[in-house]
Amino acid sequence: MIIELGHYLILSSMLFTIGVVGVFLNRKNVIIILMSLELILLSISINLVAFSAFLNDSVGQIFSLFILTVAAGEAAIGLAILVVYFRNVGNIEVDQINKMSG
Amino acid sequence: MNLIFENIIFLSSEIILILTALILLMLGAFKKKNSAKIVIYFSFIILIFLSFLEILIPWNSVNIFNNSITQNGFTRLVKAMIYFSSSFAIILSARWLIKYDDKAFEYPILILFSVLGMSLMVSANDLITLYLAIELQSLPLYVLASFKRDNAESSEAGVKYFVLGALSSSLFLFGSSLVYGFSGSIEFDGIYNNIQALETNTAIIIGLVFILSGLIFKISAVPFHMWTPDVYQGSATPVTAFFATAPKLTALCMLINILYGPLSGMQESWYQIVFFVSMASIALGTFSAIRQTNIKRLLAYSSIAHMGFALIGLLSFPNFDGVQSLLIYMLIYLATTLGVFSCIISLEISEGESINEINDLSGISKKFPFTAFTMAMFMFSYAGIPPLGGFFAKYFIFRSAIESGLIFLSIFGLLLSVVGAFYYIRIIKLMYFDEPKTIITKSLSKSLSFTNIVCIIFIVFFIFIITIAPITELTKNAAIALGN
Repeated sequence: MIIELGHYLILSSMLFTIGVVGVFLNRKNVIIILMSLELILLSISINLVAFSAFLNDSVGQIFSLFILTVAAGEAAIGLAILVVYFRNVGNIEVDQINKMSG
Repeated sequence: MNLIFENIIFLSSEIILILTALILLMLGAFKKKNSAKIVIYFSFIILIFLSFLEILIPWNSVNIFNNSITQNGFTRLVKAMIYFSSSFAIILSARWLIKYDDKAFEYPILILFSVLGMSLMVSANDLITLYLAIELQSLPLYVLASFKRDNAESSEAGVKYFVLGALSSSLFLFGSSLVYGFSGSIEFDGIYNNIQALETNTAIIIGLVFILSGLIFKISAVPFHMWTPDVYQGSATPVTAFFATAPKLTALCMLINILYGPLSGMQESWYQIVFFVSMASIALGTFSAIRQTNIKRLLAYSSIAHMGFALIGLLSFPNFDGVQSLLIYMLIYLATTLGVFSCIISLEISEGESINEINDLSGISKKFPFTAFTMAMFMFSYAGIPPLGGFFAKYFIFRSAIESGLIFLSIFGLLLSVVGAFYYIRIIKLMYFDEPKTIITKSLSKSLSFTNIVCIIFIVFFIFIITIAPITELTKNAAIALGN
């Protein structure tokens, strides 16, 4: 079986969907949300690398390198905010993040 | 080598900005005493200087660094507005910040980095630059939202903003990966040309929808508005003042850049989406604001409604008059919002803690007549009462809408702005006709009064300012520059 562009796109959109669903359906832990966000970024990287290979154009691979760098920075900031939150509230359960609503 | 220097000249304002931020970072790190004060006022002066620089240097259209960045009249005017409003957002926070922690020099520096991201966002000309600029703009904002690090609500706002902001950036990124893959280019001109040559563009439409949802999140329009009230309420009030001004303007202008540039060939696809988003934002923002009791939540819903009004300007495509009215609308929105926040920050329920509830405002006209008067003027301006700026903002927007045949949307918007007047005028009624309930002190701060006076002069005398100052010409030239 020849692996074509479509297969990569299906894989990446499945990973993307799993990531988005993970952000919204998860009720337990904010860390899982961070993992889902990373999953989304990686699925986009797969997308870009696949396009880059099939278009014979290196720009997509450069794009995915930039995404990896930004993902690292984003995770660092997210964890830092989470540490501040944990110090104030004492837990990181998603259900408990509801001090403000209305 | 020569080529690089020729390119760098056109980026001079960004380079000045980043050098300032780095030098101030060093200054703050090594000079412990009073560092916050110096950093605040120095960054204020630099931003004001840069905004005049952007207006005064000639508005040539150039593409630099292999077409990854473009500079033209539109980007320069928007950048001037961004620098100007963020400079006022910085000095709004001066007194609060020094009270809160006089070693917290990071605060203005985070704003400077975010402003750098914004100015790259408006002038980005390919998808990589745009994505990196969006992240550079948002990452400092997440930190600013949770800046009160000993406060549970502030850190909760930070977590919410971070999770949803990162998700929206990912949506944008997924869309741009599809657009790259199916058009074969990341440059805006290349995307435009390749889309014209395509036979079917279903995949690009999917990419367009993802890109639009990411951007609509950034301007906090319906259906991606749910983070706004929580983040506004949780963050410190000066931070909210910043959130409500420059990032909104930037995201709107980026939306214009994308929809009028690379995706302008797909007007029939995005037109319906923008139409729906605009109508839904006006309706939801207006009706949800009525039942709010927290003043920052009220302003959040009101900003959602204002974004809906501003989006009407986008709908007059392919006519570029809408862009002009959108820029005027945003100019007046920025001035009014900064003015409202300068009033709110100056009224304190306890030391360094500004008012939260709308009822806290009741009866303040007896104790602080000037603050109550300016607040009333800003509220009238939000509501669109004739001699004030807000009326002209709505006038220009609806005129461009009617000229492009959007009669239904104009009537809808006008009716709902009458509903919106209810909660603005309720605040005036509270201030002037109710008995005082909470004890409020006023913080005497020169920078707050300065901002307040600048904004009130702009709003009240807008009818004269528009005849003297070249606001119409500047915005018109900007819209024309975008069209070329």
